[in-house]
Amino acid sequence: MFFDSDLLMSALRALTPILLAALGGALCERAGVFNIGLEGMMLMGCFTSVATSWFTGSAWLGVLAAALAAAAYSLILAVGAVTLRGDAVVLGIAMNLLAVGLTSFLLRTVFGVQGTFDDPSLAGLPLIGGFTPLAYLAFVAVAVAAVMLSRSVWGLRLRGVGEAPDAAATLGVSPAKYKYAAVLISGVLCGLAGAQLALGNVTLFSENMTAGRGWIAVVAVMLGRAAPVGVLLAALLFGLAEAAGFRLQGVGLPQQATDAAPYVVTLVALFLSTARRRRRTANSPSGATT
Amino acid sequence: MTPQPVDPAVELRGITKRFPGTLANDSVDLTVQRGEIHALMGENGAGKSTLMSILYGMERADAGSIRIDGREVTFGDPSAAMAAGLGMVHQSFKLFDSLTVAENVVYAAEPRRFGLVDRAAARRRVRELAEEHGLAVDPDARVGELPVGLRQRVEILKLLHRGARTLILDEPTAVLTPAEADALFAVLKSLAAQGRTVILVTHKLREVLEGSDNVTVLRDGRVVARLVTAETSADEIAAAMTGRAVELDRVHAPGTPGDVVLDVRDLTTDAVHDVGITVHAGEIVGIAGVAGNGQSELIEALAGLRPVASGQVSLKGRDITHASATERRAQGLAYVPEDRHAVGTAPAASVAENLAMGHHRTSLSSKGLLPPASVRAHAGRLIERFGIKAANPEVPASALSGGNLQKLLIGRELAHEAPLLLVEQPTRGVDIGAIQNIHDQIVAYRDAGHAVLLVSAELSEIRGLADRVLVMYEGRVTATYTKDEADERALGLAMAGGAVAPTEAVD
Ligand SMILES: Nc1ncnc2c1ncn2[C@@H]1O[C@H](COP(=O)(O)OP(=O)(O)OP(=O)(O)O)[C@@H](O)[C@H]1O
Ligand SMILES: [Mg+2]
Repeated sequence: MFFDSDLLMSALRALTPILLAALGGALCERAGVFNIGLEGMMLMGCFTSVATSWFTGSAWLGVLAAALAAAAYSLILAVGAVTLRGDAVVLGIAMNLLAVGLTSFLLRTVFGVQGTFDDPSLAGLPLIGGFTPLAYLAFVAVAVAAVMLSRSVWGLRLRGVGEAPDAAATLGVSPAKYKYAAVLISGVLCGLAGAQLALGNVTLFSENMTAGRGWIAVVAVMLGRAAPVGVLLAALLFGLAEAAGFRLQGVGLPQQATDAAPYVVTLVALFLSTARRRRRTANSPSGATT
Repeated sequence: MTPQPVDPAVELRGITKRFPGTLANDSVDLTVQRGEIHALMGENGAGKSTLMSILYGMERADAGSIRIDGREVTFGDPSAAMAAGLGMVHQSFKLFDSLTVAENVVYAAEPRRFGLVDRAAARRRVRELAEEHGLAVDPDARVGELPVGLRQRVEILKLLHRGARTLILDEPTAVLTPAEADALFAVLKSLAAQGRTVILVTHKLREVLEGSDNVTVLRDGRVVARLVTAETSADEIAAAMTGRAVELDRVHAPGTPGDVVLDVRDLTTDAVHDVGITVHAGEIVGIAGVAGNGQSELIEALAGLRPVASGQVSLKGRDITHASATERRAQGLAYVPEDRHAVGTAPAASVAENLAMGHHRTSLSSKGLLPPASVRAHAGRLIERFGIKAANPEVPASALSGGNLQKLLIGRELAHEAPLLLVEQPTRGVDIGAIQNIHDQIVAYRDAGHAVLLVSAELSEIRGLADRVLVMYEGRVTATYTKDEADERALGLAMAGGAVAPTEAVD
């Protein structure tokens, strides 16, 4: 049987990093900051978690350090796009490129290896019922984000800031403050995503190990309309695709083809959702009138 | 009641503000007593909005002082002004379209429960305020889906929710029908009677005369007149504003209709049902109606911005029912939309560029390029012809005052010389001198043999310009009048639905 609980388990494992990063991206989107630096922030999280876990012997310190490092890294976007009013897309791309170079460089200088660092004594995250605590945390984060966004005072103000910053400003709400908060939280979440990837899904660091998951998270934000539950569903789709890819490998399909599964799903999903949106705006007035 | 002197609610002294190329406020003094409705008038670009922005902490004055209730203040931002009891409804609304009415009203002053927004309380609050002040609006509606008139109510509810003691309204009735404006003034008067203060920026003499206690007139950034409303007249205010005598509420001579240009049959789309209209060359057809009765939807459908559910639209005999907006323009349709900010202009682009838009494919293009010299010359001609007040054609459109932006839009669309002009609220927010100019231009356009379909909430405008008047009510054309039949009473009755059920008592 192709669809069974194993497939679902591995889908859930695959979706955790994407989900964490996409939640961060969704918050930024709601605050009016287009964050495509998720990939880079996640990669910083991967490296920091492995390095910290290695030197302290504690995976948990690794997680903490990853969250802090990625949050610090996210300041590039916050300062660049919010304070200096730079282009968020350019900044995000720069962050992604810089993260690849920086982590590869650090891998060489800190661990003296190229490509991959792994060691049997590298402490990974414990598993509870087959999942890391971060996987559970990701689902809790979805619920918290959903409630915060739709019900809390903070969430209301954040949504307002994202929609009409000048209107928020005239009511005494500082758009910059909320945008910074959203970007920093996305940094923390991407750090956790990176730790999950490097100390949970596997226990190693290899160059560019995020392999586009941050980009998939960006797509999940779009597909999920930047709503936490929507993002969860989109991430689930990609998780299933990745897990199914593994499974197909077992059936004998070449690895290059199966590895591509999540990306193919991404493309198809993007295509379908744009087509749908096109049709809707063509048929409805709201796009043209307001 | 008490003889002791009360400090004025607002006292501005020597306010001066210079923008590059413009002295927007030149040593302006303004005193507003508590409990009064004070009108601030002046032509487009006279500096009214700038003065109010300074009072509200959105702009910083180059010189001058502000006292609120006798205490000198400096507001670094609007929230400081709000804390001092000021509240402002801006000329262009500051609302969150995707949020609900209740969310917009309580934003940044939310009722809370357990750290969350108490949505039930927010809704209740909106209902209470709405009821108390006659500003009915559904608390759960998305603001972006509301017609402009209702959005304004949300803006006012926002201030009332914050308990503002002094309300500043920048052209609040520009988007309202006379009946709605009367309702608004009833609200403002009751607020003033409660001891609140209202500063009203407006171009409408009628409401100033009926609704205000005092008038301050600005011209070119300076105060040119301080008048007591009870002792002044429309002519005196108009003369102070423009520096010359102005002929108010002219009725233009009728046109001579030729061939049918626009033929609409049984048109149905959202909020529009079975509408039939014909507009001839050399004719202005006016559509009157209370905002939100389908006029905007009808015009959008005609402009190609809203799909037609059924019915037929033809332009000069050619079927354009399903043509795109661009195709329609190419067939000879020009369009002045109601919302000049979101649809009509590009705020960040320069005045010259905004004037060139739409002409870039036709008259201005040369071998597929857009020679800067022709763009400049084109801009220069329109600025001159329509009296657009801009420091120079290179400033961004966002630096224009509200009325001047409107002139820009009208000028650009008229310059197409298209056989059919769709025009919505052409003089909203435009000063009386400029209204005359725009009306003259529209009439001249008609007399040159073009067809004009005019939507206006301003009865005097409809009556002054239109050769035929249709009244829309709940998405249908419920009455048609010739120029002579269209008196204020008949139109008012039809707009209130009286033409549908003549037996029903109307108010
Ligand atoms: N940000 C700005 N930059 C440059 N010039 C500006 C800016 N804001 C306003 N101005 C200029 O200052 C003058 C006064 O503008 P203001 O908006 O106060 O006029 P207004 O009296 O409110 O006119 P209206 O009735 O058309 O709204 C205008 O000439 C305008 O072009
Ligand atoms: Mg103004």
